[in-house]
Amino acid sequence: MIPFLKYKKIYFTLSGLLILASLVSLILFGLKPGIDFTGGSILEIRYQENRPSNEEIREALSDLDLGEVKIQPSSEKRVILRIKDISEEVHQQMIERLEGSEELRFETIGPVIGREMEQKTKVVAILAVLAILLYITIAFRKVSRPIPSWQYGIAALIALGHDIFIPLGVFAYLGHFYGIQITIPIITALLTILGYSINNTVVVFDRVRENLTINKSSSFKEIVDKSLNQTLARSINTSLTTLLVLFAIFFLGGETLKYFALALIIGLICGTYSSIFLASPLLAAKST
Amino acid sequence: MSKRKNHISIIFILVLAFFVGAFSFPKYLNQGVDFLNEKINWDFPHFWNVPFELGLDLQGGTHLVYEADLSNIESSDYDSSMQGLRDIIERRVNYFGVKEPMIQTQQSGNSYRLIVELAGATDPGQAIKEIGRTPFLEFKEQKENYEEIIVDNQKVLETGEGDFKDPFQSTLLTGKYLKKAEIGFGHTTYEPLVLLQFDSEGADIFADLTMENIGKPIAIYIDGIPISSPIVQEKISGGSAQITGSFTAQEAKDLARNLNAGALPVPINLISQQTIGPTLGEISLQESLKAGIIGLIAVILFLIFFYRLPGFLSSLALVIYVAIVLSLFKVIPVTLTLAGIGGFILSIGIAIDANILIFSRMKEEINQGKTFAASIDEGFKRAWPSIRDGNLTTLLVAVILFGFGTSFVKGFALTLSVGILISLFSAIFVTKNFLKFFEGTKLEKVKWLWK
Repeated sequence: MIPFLKYKKIYFTLSGLLILASLVSLILFGLKPGIDFTGGSILEIRYQENRPSNEEIREALSDLDLGEVKIQPSSEKRVILRIKDISEEVHQQMIERLEGSEELRFETIGPVIGREMEQKTKVVAILAVLAILLYITIAFRKVSRPIPSWQYGIAALIALGHDIFIPLGVFAYLGHFYGIQITIPIITALLTILGYSINNTVVVFDRVRENLTINKSSSFKEIVDKSLNQTLARSINTSLTTLLVLFAIFFLGGETLKYFALALIIGLICGTYSSIFLASPLLAAKST
Repeated sequence: MSKRKNHISIIFILVLAFFVGAFSFPKYLNQGVDFLNEKINWDFPHFWNVPFELGLDLQGGTHLVYEADLSNIESSDYDSSMQGLRDIIERRVNYFGVKEPMIQTQQSGNSYRLIVELAGATDPGQAIKEIGRTPFLEFKEQKENYEEIIVDNQKVLETGEGDFKDPFQSTLLTGKYLKKAEIGFGHTTYEPLVLLQFDSEGADIFADLTMENIGKPIAIYIDGIPISSPIVQEKISGGSAQITGSFTAQEAKDLARNLNAGALPVPINLISQQTIGPTLGEISLQESLKAGIIGLIAVILFLIFFYRLPGFLSSLALVIYVAIVLSLFKVIPVTLTLAGIGGFILSIGIAIDANILIFSRMKEEINQGKTFAASIDEGFKRAWPSIRDGNLTTLLVAVILFGFGTSFVKGFALTLSVGILISLFSAIFVTKNFLKFFEGTKLEKVKWLWK
């Protein structure tokens, strides 16, 4: 049996450091909202021959009013252009000027829709957190020995905050250094993590609950340690199967799903880590 | 569970597996049927070949969001105006030959929107132009201070300073009440003109309007531009009017046609556009399918490596699960988008969680020296609360995400939810019956298979 709780200071320090790093990253770099939230346009094109240099592309578009043009090559022949929200006429003029290329994708989102999305995201995020809170309260209402049920809820919530905060920090970093923007898919991924990660914690807590009823002589710490050992293989294996499919999406699933998968991967790893090394040790720490 | 019941369940599962497998991938079965028909000279029918519905991001297409300007409409008429707008745009889109356009109205706070989805539109630029070109017809009357504005406009014209003001104001009469338009020619000049016929409601409004404006001009505006402003001689009942505006015959013909195709009851403005070229759609479809297949194979290898025979059995259950979900996507039907496929692939990873929970429990029970049959039962019984709770939270978030409304999120949430629900069936019912099948057989005794 692995004495998990013995090393809880190490886990708490590690999680604390990661959260601190995420906080610094968020404060220093901030999150870069994508056009889903700010409004703007994305044009992705593919050249028949190898793509021209960024300067040549910029030069070809210089007489159009596009605001700041961000040019991001996505493969040998493909280029993604990010510009302000433009009209259909300007879009057609762009296509004309980008000779030798085929339009793969064009998206333009007005600022009104962007603001609406921002509002909606806030509402959905709050609803999701409330639903999870309600769920934890109901799921653990019957456990009361030796610690009150709301403490399970608090421990699970801290773990959850940890699982969301770290991916946000990573995306702030990626946004600053690689220009990766926060889009609807990434928000969706983070909210999914909210549901999925609580699942891992709940499985361990369920085991604690079960062991409490069948094993009345052991101390609470021993029971938590035992439960962690019993659920360890399952926690890791479940996360591994899910990670396998997520890595398949990340490497093979194409540009649109890439960062969506990445957000899920980071969140899932954090979630698995926190369900083993954070939520339960926190629970045990409170009992003393 | 008795042996007999188990066998019935297994037969049911196998029949179901055959059915959903054939339904989701009828190609191979039908090839087999063809082969057989040729060999024995028989005439077996083909299995149903229902295609998947692909979203715009996988087959290419354009998603347009228009905002309707309802400022000149009574709020009680908003719904009917939007419905009218929808019908007219649909006619327009059908007119230039896009197959199965999807057009819906949507209300978001105080703004009313029209969403137009054109699948596989070869030239979205042209489509947008055509939709935008649809004329907005309006009849306007003089403002109170008509003379003043005319004098002001005269000054602007002379001095070049200031802006022109429109001396006319909107009336109730718009293209909404138009019954038909056709080309005609003037009696004396043979000049091409457009003849308008209003419906009965429009005819009444027109009669009132002409009665109130005898001796004054009524201006006819198309897309906000005055075309002509004839002076009203007398009250016109019967609902006929004509637009003269020094047209060429072709211009008059086009205008009449466009007015027939639908004069918009309200002006619209394009606020968002999403166009996926067919090339990218095809690339995305291939990439996501590849990711799904590789992901599935990786999970199966993992399961067999870690859980041996139970792993193999749950892999079978997983493959049946995939076929059931794909069949459901065809039957419901669920429009598959990139996000939807993402959600489905993720659900493959999650679906196996239930089995992993059960197997971990089973291993524990076997290690404690319980019998095979008891271990299966205990494993399922004890893992159930965790399985239920775990899936419930993910489902809960998926349902909330569905309310988000964006198509990406909806597609993801829908396939994820369907996946989770079906996974409960496959993980519990299918895997359990497979395991039970080995109860009391010689294989039961081969311990390394089960650990």
